[in-house]
Amino acid sequence: MPDGTDHPRRPFLAIRDVGKVFEIGDERVEALHRVSAVIDKGEFVCLIGASGCGKSTLLRIVAGFDAPTSGAVTVYDHPIAGPGSDRGMVFQDYALFPWMTVRENVGFGPKQKGLPAKRVREIADEYVAMVGLTAFADRFPHQLSGGMKQRVAIARVLANEATILLMDEPFGALDALTREQLQDELLQIWARTGVTVIFVTHSVEEATLLADRVIVMTAGPGRIESDNRVALARPRDVSAPDFNDVRRRLTQRLTSHVARRELRTAA
Amino acid sequence: MSTSATGAATEVRAPAGPPRVRPRRRPWLAERLQTVLLGLGFPLALVVAWHYAVVGSGTKLIPTPYQVGLMMADFAVGGIHDDAFSGTLFTHLAASMERVYGGFGLAILLGVPLGLAIGMIPLFRKLLDPTLAVLRPIPVTAWLPLSMIFFGLGPRSAVFLVFLGAFYPILLNTIFGVRSVDPKLFEAAAMLGCDGSRIFRQVVLPAALPSIFNGLRLAHAFAWILIVVGEMTGVPTGLGSVIMDGRTLSRTDLVIAGMILIGVAGFACDRVIVAINNRVLAWSPQHHA
Repeated sequence: MPDGTDHPRRPFLAIRDVGKVFEIGDERVEALHRVSAVIDKGEFVCLIGASGCGKSTLLRIVAGFDAPTSGAVTVYDHPIAGPGSDRGMVFQDYALFPWMTVRENVGFGPKQKGLPAKRVREIADEYVAMVGLTAFADRFPHQLSGGMKQRVAIARVLANEATILLMDEPFGALDALTREQLQDELLQIWARTGVTVIFVTHSVEEATLLADRVIVMTAGPGRIESDNRVALARPRDVSAPDFNDVRRRLTQRLTSHVARRELRTAA
Repeated sequence: MSTSATGAATEVRAPAGPPRVRPRRRPWLAERLQTVLLGLGFPLALVVAWHYAVVGSGTKLIPTPYQVGLMMADFAVGGIHDDAFSGTLFTHLAASMERVYGGFGLAILLGVPLGLAIGMIPLFRKLLDPTLAVLRPIPVTAWLPLSMIFFGLGPRSAVFLVFLGAFYPILLNTIFGVRSVDPKLFEAAAMLGCDGSRIFRQVVLPAALPSIFNGLRLAHAFAWILIVVGEMTGVPTGLGSVIMDGRTLSRTDLVIAGMILIGVAGFACDRVIVAINNRVLAWSPQHHA
């Protein structure tokens, strides 16, 4: 590495033996059990699994919103202690600031850094343009469609110079056409910026389309079932035979475990 | 896109460009006119009914609308009855407004910051919640004797009573506004580098604004309702005292004129608050009134 800060031996993002126990009243629910993974800079990783497998919990721990009960998450060996501007979350329900325009939402991060107003505006306009919303820069979130809101949320995180983009089923609430378009745009942005993406989804097809790596998780307690590299060339064609092979393999990974669980509960 | 035989002429043009927005001025105006006509028509009908009820029953206790109108004119500019009330409307209105907005202003100054503190800081909530919960059900009128001991017979007592009535809606709505901020917005702010006191100013306050405004409107209505109670404490001026005087003098026309004036003044001032509300909350059309 040219600048010497990224020592090759130091992993970019390391999740080590992370466990999370929620205590609801007297009940203890183990949401994550000894989850470990190392993610390289610039990788596009999808977390996939049935509901209750802890994929969103894991994402929130990486974001710093929740602390792990055991284990740790580190970025270049620095443990994550809380939310930080190096990691930006894109929520399924957008979580935009409704009283701010598109431009103000995107400029929110730069503004917190104390940059002059003119510079904040320049940065905001640049990222608003990146997601194709220049014509809507002065609109409020309530005046936008779901797809546009999610574009604002992505631009807001990128404008803040986040190096890790955490996405929690970001396109789950969108219609099929808008979803396809946003998947496309996300891949372009990812290729252009070199940002690392951790993307939670429950759609095998979405994971196959987007990811370099698909981490399949299983529930009760949440843990990693398998870590699968997707070697398909980009751009990917959802109707190609090799795409189908990967999708089928991942689906088997996902469902074999669900079937086992059902048998166990029936017994 | 299929073109039906009957619609052919109009549909040919449609795909060429974006659909043209129809000029909406005329339906808008008609709707506006209908709103005004219906809004004014009903009270007018009431006035007519009032007139015939008084004339028909031959009562001497209740004046006709015409007599109240005369009283109102005399109250405003004088020259009709030429008594102690002639031409004093604006003195009384100004005195009442001073007290309404004195009490309302104090309630905002105390209620909003206290509400923000209680909503944000658990220690404050634990400290103040039980006390406030006990104080809240006590009617403002029950405070009248104590208020007169604290503040004497005079306008300060009226301001205090208006303040008491306006305080709780502002306080409770502010607390509610702060406590119902979407927790995801805090997370979003934190990940974007906003923390500490900046979260308060940049996230909590704007997010709670719709609720705070809701409280302000409620409190404003209460303030006008309570002015009559407040001015029962023996102040010589104010619309409330005019109504009280009218009662003792059996001048029902004066009483009704005072009632109408309070209603109209309260309504007019409410429109001002609504205008401010709509401007400040332009980002949230569901909070427009």
